Amino acid sequence: MSADIDWIALAVFIFFFALVTVMGFFAARWKSGPVSEHLDEWGLGGRQFGTWITWFLVGGDFYTAYTVIAVPALVYAVGGYGFFALPYTIVVYPFVFAVMPLLWKVAHAKGHVTAADVVQGTYGSRGLELVVAITGIVATMPYIALQLIGMGVVIKAIGLTGELPIVAAFVILALYTYSSGLRAPALIAFVKDIMIYIVVLVAVVVVPAKLGGYSAVFSAANDAFTAKGGATGLTLKSPQMLAYASLALGSALAAFMYPHTLTGIFASKSADTIRKNAILLPAYTLLLGLIALLGYMAYAAHIKVASNNDVVPALFKELFPSWFAGFAFSAIAIGALVPAAVMSIGAANLFTRNIWKSYVNPGISHAGEASVAKIASLVVKVGALAFITFLPTQYALDLQLLGGLWILQTFPALVFGLFTRWFRAEGLLLGWALGILWGTWTAWSNGLKPLATLSIGDTSYVFYVGLGALILNVVVAVAGTVAVGLISPRRVVAQS
Amino acid sequence: MWVLLLLPFVGLLWVPFYNFQDPVLFGFPFFYWYQLAWVPITSFLIWVVYRSRTPDEETP
Repeated sequence: MSADIDWIALAVFIFFFALVTVMGFFAARWKSGPVSEHLDEWGLGGRQFGTWITWFLVGGDFYTAYTVIAVPALVYAVGGYGFFALPYTIVVYPFVFAVMPLLWKVAHAKGHVTAADVVQGTYGSRGLELVVAITGIVATMPYIALQLIGMGVVIKAIGLTGELPIVAAFVILALYTYSSGLRAPALIAFVKDIMIYIVVLVAVVVVPAKLGGYSAVFSAANDAFTAKGGATGLTLKSPQMLAYASLALGSALAAFMYPHTLTGIFASKSADTIRKNAILLPAYTLLLGLIALLGYMAYAAHIKVASNNDVVPALFKELFPSWFAGFAFSAIAIGALVPAAVMSIGAANLFTRNIWKSYVNPGISHAGEASVAKIASLVVKVGALAFITFLPTQYALDLQLLGGLWILQTFPALVFGLFTRWFRAEGLLLGWALGILWGTWTAWSNGLKPLATLSIGDTSYVFYVGLGALILNVVVAVAGTVAVGLISPRRVVAQS
Repeated sequence: MWVLLLLPFVGLLWVPFYNFQDPVLFGFPFFYWYQLAWVPITSFLIWVVYRSRTPDEETP
């Protein structure tokens, strides 16, 4: 423990943390159902969340704590390029509106809990089910680790050091997720999101007022980037434009392939709930755009940080009284708990339904599924904690980046089947495999950068690896489907 | 009506449309306020499509 603990901020922090902990345990009785008797209850909150609960839940787990730390950090480091999170979180909603209600209908009609369930139901392929499940679990683990990093940054800003505070916070989270399932993050999301809205609205009004208005904020950032040089600036350099657009599109297509976002979709009451949310969720995107600008405000406030991730906490400590800084840090830490809980539930659902039930105990009861999932959620969280504690932080960041390109490769298997039955499982499996291999190899050989370069003649194009891998994936899936159709004519496809 | 859902993709993914500083609005360079403006526009477009479609037969 260091001497410069901010006691007021710490007291505010502990108050809010205790509040959500009580709520987390209480949640088991909220909109109550037999939480331990059916996976639909523990893992999907009873499939009954209406428009507002879904709005808070999906908003809470899609716009994570790490986003609040990392987006301003990237904008602070490179300028306009870091803003790709904005087009990404806008174009995702027309996609959600068009596709996710169809997915919900299939899942609702057949009682599917996970993406891999849907794939198995559509294609009757155990192989495709398994790779979708494993991709989901593997892509989610580093994402949970990232939430811990976000929480660690604010705990450090309060003045607490060492691993103990974060371990304690995570153990509490693990226990109430175990007992309450998806109801816990759904209830806590209300508190988290209202706190984040307050913090951001105060910050975007008060901070520029203290610093001389938005013109001063942008011009301070512009001066800093001019001095810094390189590929930084308020707008993009021409080679960055394709990278910017392809990162936005690729991330948008990947966003609702993750187990945690899909859990929010499957837990909705109706297809219309999802459509209304596609209209209402962009409110969070506006918030995200304003949060991103905190990165520029740091220049106007003359903040100097050792690590870019400290920009937001340092800005709040500099410009706000201790109690409000403590409130903001609590909002960010609680903001880490909601997605971490939903992610571990999504991963646990996949493990239970598509690995345990499919390979270990096919005759498992509904109550048995719920208890396997509860234990799996603990294992997933302990794994993420061990990851952060024992391995360098950079590993989690690198793996999360690869996770984004991996999860994107499940897109054809999950989405195409909603519109056409033309594709064959073998083709989709081959497309998945080549997409993952090419994408991973390319990212790896570029020093784990998300960008690939393609040279045609004298011009070279720089784009997001994940999107390139997806295009390859689709081409291979089409070719594979044609080839399989020639070798063996179509048999019965749908089952269950 | 569904074609309206493509507009945000066109407006935001073709970066040369908006990669400028001017005109500045309320201190925000064009690059920033243009993209922020797409948030309410996208909500509105999705709402228009939502209103125009035939509702689900079952309303649980």
